Amino acid sequence: MIPNRATVLDALSGVRDPELDEPITDLKFVASLEIEDGTVSVSLRLPTYYCAPNFAYLMVADAREALLSVDGVEEARVVLDDHYASREINGGVNGGRGFARSFPGQTEGDTLDELRGIFRRKSFVSRQEQLCRSLIREGRSPQDLAGMRLGEAREDSTFEKYLERRSELGIDTSPDAPLVVDPDGKRITRATVVEHLRFASTVRTSLEGNAELCTGLLAVRYGITDREEETA
Amino acid sequence: MAQEKEESALYEKDGEKYYVVDGHVHFWNASPENWVEGQEEYAKGWIECFYAYHELGPPEWHWSMEKYQKYSEEDMMKDLFEEGYVDKAIFLPTNLREWYKDGFNTTEANAVLAEKYPDKFILNTTFDPREGSEGLKVFEEKVNRYGCKGVKLYTAEWMNDSKGWTLADPEAEPYLEKCMELGVTNIHVHKGPTIWPLTKDAFDVKDVDVAATNFPGLTFIIEHVGLPRIEDFCFMATQEPNVWGGLSVVLGALMHSRPRFFARVMGELLFWVGEDKLTFSSDYALWSPKWILEGFVDWDYPEGHEFDDFPRLSTEGKKKILGLNAARLYDIEVPAELQVAATA
Repeated sequence: MIPNRATVLDALSGVRDPELDEPITDLKFVASLEIEDGTVSVSLRLPTYYCAPNFAYLMVADAREALLSVDGVEEARVVLDDHYASREINGGVNGGRGFARSFPGQTEGDTLDELRGIFRRKSFVSRQEQLCRSLIREGRSPQDLAGMRLGEAREDSTFEKYLERRSELGIDTSPDAPLVVDPDGKRITRATVVEHLRFASTVRTSLEGNAELCTGLLAVRYGITDREEETA
Repeated sequence: MAQEKEESALYEKDGEKYYVVDGHVHFWNASPENWVEGQEEYAKGWIECFYAYHELGPPEWHWSMEKYQKYSEEDMMKDLFEEGYVDKAIFLPTNLREWYKDGFNTTEANAVLAEKYPDKFILNTTFDPREGSEGLKVFEEKVNRYGCKGVKLYTAEWMNDSKGWTLADPEAEPYLEKCMELGVTNIHVHKGPTIWPLTKDAFDVKDVDVAATNFPGLTFIIEHVGLPRIEDFCFMATQEPNVWGGLSVVLGALMHSRPRFFARVMGELLFWVGEDKLTFSSDYALWSPKWILEGFVDWDYPEGHEFDDFPRLSTEGKKKILGLNAARLYDIEVPAELQVAATA
């Protein structure tokens, strides 16, 4: 069975830039995709020659894993173009060497999981704030939110993304679970909810602002059309 | 001093006069003749990376790559002081001697201009605690020779087997004590777009928190406000009175290309850090000060409720950010008519 292009792209859209919290497909980081029988080759590109190699490594490795999860894909090759550490990253991911062994003597153990963990928490906070903001716009107060359960929120895409991030952190996603919790799963009370959301909104500004900066740099670098600014 | 003020092209808009300090400028040489053999790819990649940021400014301000690699003294003097309305500019060095033979933008190269135009430039130097007592001596000599009141630090820089250092390291302490002793009170720390170290988060600002608490007599100016970790910077700066933010990348990379996000980032900074602890800079020659300055003086939040909760920025606040705040840090004499009540 030859894998279908749309299915392959869909699998790639599950890969996020950990810092920017957006799919690499939306960010236009996928430069090319070729399918030949059971072999899929993807090349990725980033906004600058010096984008942080740890995050670059994560994306290349995640992309390869996503490709291999597609039915019919027997071999997956992912290469990162135009990066100062392209050789190390490409060799490391496709040779299954892992990050630390791809950069001998240049890292202090494989701490990429820890780094990923930090950004999953940030992403969780940001997605929660987005959901809360839309609920507040609909007329609820922050105090209402502190009393709400997951089952009481409307199941739109903002909600779905929030649930996804919650489950990544292993936080309860059952309908009875409290809606507003911290990244450790601890419930936010009415007394602290306003402050909590104020912090969360800065985290969201940061992640979204970084995505804007990076897409701007990518557009300049590759002469592609820049995306329009989204209004909140 | 009085004579220099008459020469400056004072920025005046709608009857308001502004004293302008450009808080972060370079005089770099990234031309191919200066690339270290065997390191050409890195040297080229570095300046190309800068150039991409440059291109986020308005198109009419884009230079050719050739000029961007190496610009002249005349270019700099014209862009900053004749056309750019800058009254004082602060040099912050970036050595990068591994890639550039004579360095990228060194204290020594900056000193040539600073000594030629003493009324225009403030010269800073740098140190690296991993150089131990020998480095401390060299640092003191440079401060004495050039009269520096500030340093620019890169905590993520590599040295031999070390993948960076932190301001909370015991090795950093004698250096910060020396800064206190010599009156080098402005500690500019690069926490912004960078490459290294590989595994740690190079943007982590926790070490500044520790140093700021231990050295209340020093001011820590976080250049590029910790982008892309602006939230970590904000949460820290709000607790530490001696932690400030340098606005260069925020202004140059976002104000023109992403006005709505620029407004949100400015809003967050005004909320957490406040207009008394932010400094304007062009990061010249990343960008030129003229368009940034004009744009910032005219700036206000765009239409939309998403900005409702952010503090407003008054003309007074803009005057502080554009020059009066940095003037406080560097004891720059500002004519009374250009002061605002709060900082006079």
